[in-house]
Amino acid sequence: MSKIDVKMTVNGKAVETKTEPRTLLIHLLREDLNLTGPHIGCDTSHCGACTVDLNGKSVKSCTVFAAQAEGAEITTIEGIAKPDGTLHALQEAFRQHHGLQCGFCTPGMITRAYRLLQENPNPTEEEIRYGISGNLCRCTGYQNIVKSIQAAAEELSVKEAAE
Amino acid sequence: MIPGSFDYHRPTSVDEAVGLLAGHAGNALILAGGHSLIPMMKLRMAMPEHLIDIQDIASLSSIEVSGPQIEIGANVTQAELIASEDLEQHCPILRETSLQIADPQIRNVGTLGGNVANGDPGNDMPAIMQLLDATYVLSGPDGSREVKARDFYEAAYFTTRDEAEMLTSIRFTAPPAGHGSSYMKQKRKIGDYATAAAGVVLTMSGDTCASASIGLTNVADTPLWAEDASNALIGTTLDDAAVSAAVDAAKAITDPAADGRGPAEYRTHVAGIMVQRAIQAAHQRAN
Ligand SMILES: Cc1cc2nc3c(=O)[nH]c(=O)nc-3n(C[C@H](O)[C@H](O)[C@H](O)COP(=O)(O)OP(=O)(O)OC[C@H]3O[C@@H](n4cnc5c(N)ncnc54)[C@H](O)[C@@H]3O)c2cc1C
Ligand code: FES
Ligand code: FES
Repeated sequence: MSKIDVKMTVNGKAVETKTEPRTLLIHLLREDLNLTGPHIGCDTSHCGACTVDLNGKSVKSCTVFAAQAEGAEITTIEGIAKPDGTLHALQEAFRQHHGLQCGFCTPGMITRAYRLLQENPNPTEEEIRYGISGNLCRCTGYQNIVKSIQAAAEELSVKEAAE
Repeated sequence: MIPGSFDYHRPTSVDEAVGLLAGHAGNALILAGGHSLIPMMKLRMAMPEHLIDIQDIASLSSIEVSGPQIEIGANVTQAELIASEDLEQHCPILRETSLQIADPQIRNVGTLGGNVANGDPGNDMPAIMQLLDATYVLSGPDGSREVKARDFYEAAYFTTRDEAEMLTSIRFTAPPAGHGSSYMKQKRKIGDYATAAAGVVLTMSGDTCASASIGLTNVADTPLWAEDASNALIGTTLDDAAVSAAVDAAKAITDPAADGRGPAEYRTHVAGIMVQRAIQAAHQRAN
């Protein structure tokens, strides 16, 4: 099957590559672009480990063809920290509040929470739980993930007020 | 899981998309949000040779509300339905239902058109479209035609849509101001299809129910418009006797499969409970 050209912006960098139409976005990211932060957990659109930001929306990249993302802006967990390596408030909060154990779900969880806090900067606990309901974690029981997101939301709103 | 190979097309107009569908009739499928189709392709239960991605056809993405007439483009996502203030005001059952579909990521890409064209009895929107008496607008090589949602579904994954036709929009008249509505869905977890679900729209005139329409999800191989159950409510005060008559009439038309969600008897039983709760909630919301 012939390959097609795909152009997109990934973590702020323009990317141009050739791929089969059937290539899933998660495979393009992991295998062609070496961005192995987004994980493949279930491969059936349930677990959210493959969550990336596509044109400002959280999506499950195991259920999107790379071709559909032609022309799109994509952010993966690799693009969340500052270029100098300073962690994003969410990453720092997950670290401080034990928001992860094995860490498998964490890239998807943080990438989803990153978008959630832009959609709703001051979410209630219930809104956080509902907002991350497409992301499964087999380790933490979610309690500390929710705490981490709450802490990051506070940190970000303090920062915003200071600016 | 890697889907089979296909050629990818991204037309910018309905005519171009229909031309592609007709040119490859039988071997081409529309790709909307892909969240029903791609999982099927991974399982090789769908192996189209051509996929026609409709994301660049701008005319399919609008929500138009003029008076009570509502027209929603096929490619409007579930997240866009949730965000629409016009729809929340005129027809809140769409938001209530959308919020019970899958999870936030999936609602960002899953479309209303894909949800109703898919033909999977587990999809939640078809029963809503049936209870609203919506009309589907289809475009094919010979022009466009309209099909009632109540006449569209033939069996699981079989609809009256021709292979060379695409769905372009969904039209319906919003229920009158003051109506009450509710969609009650029992599921095992977020992201699960319904064990059984029921939608109700009704209007009251004083203490008397003036109109009612009930739809059922995932309790037969097609969505169901529960006409007898709806009629059992009209002209009553929605007293216990009327509600239980409606519940019985709704249960009578169910024919669910036994699956991981439970044996058939259980799913019929749950359908009855969903109908009862949806009537109650719609009644409370009506004025
Ligand atoms: C984990 C998970 C949980 C889910 N839970 C639910 C749920 O609880 N309730 C629910 O209702 N849905 C659920 N879904 C399905 C989801 O809502 C889908 O997005 C939706 O059913 C299909 O919309 P789509 O835009 O993704 O369509 P696609 O997957 O792109 O298309 C589905 C089918 O419709 C056809 N099609 C699409 N658009 C058109 C058109 N305009 N004209 C003609 N044919 C067209 C396609 O060719 C394909 O055959 C779930 C999905 C997943 C992955
Ligand atoms: S790998 Fe994509 S949702 Fe699980
Ligand atoms: S930390 Fe192990 S899956 Fe979430």
